[in-house]
Amino acid sequence: MSESKTRDVLLNMHGLRIEGRSDEIWQEIVHGVNVILHRGEVLGLIGESGAGKSTIGLAAMGFARDGCRISGGTIMFDDVDLAKASDDSLRLLRGSRIAYVAQSAAAAFNPAHKLIDQYCEAPVQHGIMPRAEAESDAIDLYGRLQLPDPGGIGFRYPHQVSGGQLQRAMTAMAMACRPDLIVFDEPTTALDVTTQIEVLSAIRDIVRQFNTAAIYITHDLAVVSQMADRIMVLRHGNLVEEGETRGMIEDPQKDYTRDLLSVRSFRKEISREPDPETPLLRVENISAAYGKTPVLYNVSIDIHRKRTVAVVGESGSGKSTLARVITGLLQPSEGHVYYDGAPMPPDHRKRNKDEKRRLQMIYQMPDTAINPKQRVSTIIGRPLEFYLGLRGGDRDARVRQLLEMIELDPDEFFDRFPGELSGGQKQRICIARALAAEPELIICDEVTSALDQLVAEEILKLLQRLQDELGLAYMFITHDLATVRAVADEIVVMLQGEVVEQGPKEQVLTPPHHAYTELLLSSVPEMDPDWLDNLLEQRAN
Amino acid sequence: MTMPLTGSTFSGHASPWFSRVAVAAVHFFLLILFLQNVTVDFWSAIPGFVFIHAYSAIVLVYWSRLDQTPAGDTVIVTLTLEFVLIAILFWDSFSAWPWSTLFGLALVQICAFAAVRYWSELRQAPYSAWFGLIVILIYIMVAATAPIIAPFGETAIVGAEYDEWSDKHLLGTDNLGRDMFTRLIYGGRNTVGIAFMTTVLAFVLGGLAGLLAAAMRGWMDQVLGRTVDTLMAIPSFIFALLILTIVGTSVPSLIVVIAVLDATKVFRLARAVSMNVVVLEFVEAASLRGEGLWWIIRSEILPNILPPLVAEFGLRFCFVFLFLSGLSFLGLGIQPPTADWGSMVRDNATLITYGDITPLLPAAAIALLTIGVNFVVDWFLHKASGLKD
Repeated sequence: MSESKTRDVLLNMHGLRIEGRSDEIWQEIVHGVNVILHRGEVLGLIGESGAGKSTIGLAAMGFARDGCRISGGTIMFDDVDLAKASDDSLRLLRGSRIAYVAQSAAAAFNPAHKLIDQYCEAPVQHGIMPRAEAESDAIDLYGRLQLPDPGGIGFRYPHQVSGGQLQRAMTAMAMACRPDLIVFDEPTTALDVTTQIEVLSAIRDIVRQFNTAAIYITHDLAVVSQMADRIMVLRHGNLVEEGETRGMIEDPQKDYTRDLLSVRSFRKEISREPDPETPLLRVENISAAYGKTPVLYNVSIDIHRKRTVAVVGESGSGKSTLARVITGLLQPSEGHVYYDGAPMPPDHRKRNKDEKRRLQMIYQMPDTAINPKQRVSTIIGRPLEFYLGLRGGDRDARVRQLLEMIELDPDEFFDRFPGELSGGQKQRICIARALAAEPELIICDEVTSALDQLVAEEILKLLQRLQDELGLAYMFITHDLATVRAVADEIVVMLQGEVVEQGPKEQVLTPPHHAYTELLLSSVPEMDPDWLDNLLEQRAN
Repeated sequence: MTMPLTGSTFSGHASPWFSRVAVAAVHFFLLILFLQNVTVDFWSAIPGFVFIHAYSAIVLVYWSRLDQTPAGDTVIVTLTLEFVLIAILFWDSFSAWPWSTLFGLALVQICAFAAVRYWSELRQAPYSAWFGLIVILIYIMVAATAPIIAPFGETAIVGAEYDEWSDKHLLGTDNLGRDMFTRLIYGGRNTVGIAFMTTVLAFVLGGLAGLLAAAMRGWMDQVLGRTVDTLMAIPSFIFALLILTIVGTSVPSLIVVIAVLDATKVFRLARAVSMNVVVLEFVEAASLRGEGLWWIIRSEILPNILPPLVAEFGLRFCFVFLFLSGLSFLGLGIQPPTADWGSMVRDNATLITYGDITPLLPAAAIALLTIGVNFVVDWFLHKASGLKD
């Protein structure tokens, strides 16, 4: 890293304890963690959700979320104890000397104001520079962050720029007062892999240019190894392991860190040859449009029994629209969907019960995919009643069986509400609901993208086991190539509504690739601290 | 991430059956002891019942921390047996005012049961909510047992016109020489009862239409939406006056007319909040499963929009109440000689000129109930929105 870096301590959190309130009881969620950050250093905080990494990141600004409080320890920021500082003195520091970049820039920007107006607010409010100067400074920073049209982009509203651009504009905003410390809270988690690279390199360059110290929070070890000088692994509010990035990646000391490192190692066993018989689902020359905007062009896919077909693409590539056409929520303008050789009515309301039963769907967001006011027994029991006519004791017994199948304890979970479940447990319930219908084909729409990596891997293993046991076919929609590598038998790569490449996994994943497949493949972060440098160098040539 | 405590945490320590029998036994012992020592004067018996039930409630509250369901079962069984017992022992009072005595008794018992059931939430309720709940309870209690507590008949002329406050006539008499205190009690029964029925009807009509519009969209949404727009385009007070002049002012027509006018506002709220739920994936999953309209409305959407609807119910109840009193003041509401708070203000308005506050008492009664209901609604909204202090 840069030689100019001074080694004096900027932030020293000692014995930090944070409590959160649930049911009127304060429970400790961070148990005495020590964090030391030097000037110009980038520290990575990593762990699954609930590890307390965001809570610690916010505590670095002397801030505790609603329902949380800092209950012990000191937070020394340049000789000021933020844990004891008054609101007024904190207000002076925040925005000017400590800045924060949130996970979802789209939600963090105020949609009613132009980007540059929001940029100028902090420097003008803190009296650091007048408005005109702030504006020209913003344009300079937009340029350094490689935003297109730096002179004009600030005069747009947040909804008029893309997610990746918005995240960079947010980073520029955090830089506005040239703070000593920036807290990045999962800034690339919501982005596509290809966009993620742009944002990562922009953030890294700007932090180096201004010798800013940063805390980088993420659950992706591959990402953090590109960004951080030093990594702290957290779990359940405790420190698991701390060390220099390179050392930790090459030689982790603790089992948990090794688990995180090997998280993407799961691979499906040898893929079988497709049965020669008629495919279970045949999508033939489908074109579809939302209103007058075409989104799918001439897409054809075959899915055979007991096989997993992965549909890959960035957001906007039409992969979810394809699922909507297959399920009958959107009528195609051309083409047909055949199930087991017979054409299916394009409108789902015209399909009969059995056609619906055989084709089930699992959604991306388990939070919204199950009714928060229904108990687990109702969520899973309803398809049993509806499709199979099971009632009373038979139904309950089958629900318990299904809960066992998805590796949840029936006695514990039978009567729970979704609000009492974790994200991974909710997704398991969604899987059980789909299984209850005894389907032949399940469409999995980004089922792991809302989950932590370790949890996601468990879900993938579960789905794989169910496929082996029950002979299910999956259509796996995802933007994550690691998932594809793990579970797919066949791969369909989509770009802007068209299929650019499709075939068996080995064929698609071995060179020569289509240019777009190559771009997608090379954009998946690897557990190598030099990966981003090498990649950027390679692409520059 | 922390998980809320669930019943399973205590499942190993369910209260044994004999402790339930013990509480039931003590309950009946107290009851029989009490019944042997009271006269047939039923009204004086009610505080005694309150005491006995309060005792059982406290015991059960302690229990409900251990195991809620058997405690609830005990309450239900106990109360049912008690009802039979009282009905047999006090047959005379029952035959005189069967409905109001039954209702009054049921109310005390329902309160005891509800307090046990929702104690954990009530305990956290702010003072304003407690105040509101108590005010509402007193109103319902007075309305239910009006014939028992009122000293005179509702329409009986019992003294001189505009009598002073005295021992005989607690709040004096009105413009025809009827007892003001009696009229105030009966007025509560009529006004609150009609307002309640109207609000329920408005919610059934408006809520159902709103859910239908949101779930079906398309032409159904258009037809319902435009109908409501048309109804709302006419100022509601004038519209109500017009319709009531045409169809005449009977209690049923009053209820239906106000309910239909108010249903328009309920429709808009129900439709708007349902729309937010309809777009969620679990509704899509249900319709992909092939579920019918009724299941989607009842099981998927309704439970998720209930908190704002209940909050709206409280507010709407107040508006209906004021609307009704306004109509009565103009002479088109509840017709004389039936006691009603709105028309009582009008009938005795002349007294205000002499500095007598008696005519304002019905107005104060309206104000107090409105405030009470709003306190409870505020609490409920606060809870439903998940706000923390």
